[in-house]
Amino acid sequence: MRKYFIDILCKKLKKNTKTFLIVGDLGFNVVEPFQKKFPKNFLNAGISEQNMAGLAAGMASQGFKVFIYSIANFPTFRCAEQIRNDIDYHNMDVTIVTVGAGVSYGNQGYTHHALQDYALMRSFPNIKIIAPGDSKELERGMDYIFQKKGPKYLRLEKEMLPENVNYSLGAITDGYWRLLKKGKVRKAIVSTGSCIQKSLEISKKKQFENYYIYSIPIWSMKSKKIQKKYLNKFTDLLVIENHFEDGGFSSWLREANGENTNIKIKSFSISSDVIGKVGDQKFLEKKYFKLIFH
Amino acid sequence: MYSKISRKIRKTLLEITSSKKTAHIASNLSIVDILVVIYRDFVKKNNKNEFILSKGHACLSVYCVLSYFKYFSKSLLNSFGDNNTVMMCHVSHKVPGVKISTGSLGHGLPIAAGKAFANRKIKIFVLLSDGELNEGSNWEALLFIAHHNLKNIKIIIDFNKIQSIDFVQNVIKMEPMSKKFRSFGFFVSSINGHSHKQIYQSLNKKNSKPHIIIANTIKGKGVSFMENSVLWHYKPPNKEELELAIKKL
Repeated sequence: MRKYFIDILCKKLKKNTKTFLIVGDLGFNVVEPFQKKFPKNFLNAGISEQNMAGLAAGMASQGFKVFIYSIANFPTFRCAEQIRNDIDYHNMDVTIVTVGAGVSYGNQGYTHHALQDYALMRSFPNIKIIAPGDSKELERGMDYIFQKKGPKYLRLEKEMLPENVNYSLGAITDGYWRLLKKGKVRKAIVSTGSCIQKSLEISKKKQFENYYIYSIPIWSMKSKKIQKKYLNKFTDLLVIENHFEDGGFSSWLREANGENTNIKIKSFSISSDVIGKVGDQKFLEKKYFKLIFH
Repeated sequence: MYSKISRKIRKTLLEITSSKKTAHIASNLSIVDILVVIYRDFVKKNNKNEFILSKGHACLSVYCVLSYFKYFSKSLLNSFGDNNTVMMCHVSHKVPGVKISTGSLGHGLPIAAGKAFANRKIKIFVLLSDGELNEGSNWEALLFIAHHNLKNIKIIIDFNKIQSIDFVQNVIKMEPMSKKFRSFGFFVSSINGHSHKQIYQSLNKKNSKPHIIIANTIKGKGVSFMENSVLWHYKPPNKEELELAIKKL
């Protein structure tokens, strides 16, 4: 996903020359094609995320579309206040790009796992969260970033995700539900980011075979209020996210649903039991994805 | 000329702080002379120049200077801290003439670095407090500014020797500051931060390296009983103290 992000960025830059990529001394074997093609639009800010985020805000104030790139928690939690005050509050055209959604950094451990980042990023009123579930969603997500000014959070899976070619995808907007499979009952599986793959996997089980499947690739504090038009179509939702339930995507949908008791929402999220455990992504996801009822 | 403007601004500062019962009068008084020179001679004359107040709690002095130079009306200034206005008590970009909001310390310098890096034709003036240098983000930004030789930033440090609840030297030893900054690769000037002439000359100086100006100032400058006292970081003057303070100016 990260390499494809760089490919798309290279293409976009040809038409959008006031675009800048800043990395926090990470991106080995990923960012080099961009760096070689566009050395004047690239900067390694060093291992200094607070400065990198403030710097991005300052550059955006001079008319640049700025991307800051690093792993999971480094360009988010480490510089949370710079994102809050310098980027979000000033509505700067900065996209914070993280690689390593959920436990995709596997045995690198808890420091490298992005399990609370939605909770942080969705607390900022101007930020749009863009969590692509396949290459098509990444392409459309990048179109969205280049069409709309303002702060965004682009959350990338480490590895390339297969394209869900069977499902068409037009332009995507904030809060839009992308239909992946038509169902036969008023029940749906809804995911964001790479959890599309998990949705498709689960839908093969007899219990879920008649469910609709949706992906929400862009969501934010602002688009919470348009969720009811989608939610009201269903009586049961299974919400999948590679994140803790607390403060995450399913919590966002529950808040959007408000006090409506006609819909039952179950979360399939990563349990905090994962903290301190060692394993590759497949192992950790198999063991620590847990179904949560309320 | 400069002294008259500074005196007028100090008087307005005292009046508003007293009537609105707001904090930070001493932090405001210490930077008035610097602000008058920055706005009068650099920002107002050239809209490509920008100023960032990183010590956002001293915003009232910026608002007073902006109002003095007709960026906005006196009535807007007098709404400082009032309900349903834009006049926030930490510097706000919602106020005409202010580009960057701060309030949490250590934010102004990285933003200034970004502006200066993005456009080397503009000049960025950024004012930090001495206590603010405790924040690590400043040191990340200083390394960056020196590495990229961003000569179009003027960093002014309001060295009034007092931070929030104690003297700087008792909290985290910052000295020898000049030596530290020089070793980072900066050109460093140490000036009297209340001499308009010295402020102007240092801000106008062309350098082959990025420039840090250590402005030796007095916290509470102009009002003898407020000078060099921790108390006036927080306390607003009451009616009697206001009258006395204005007489002392």
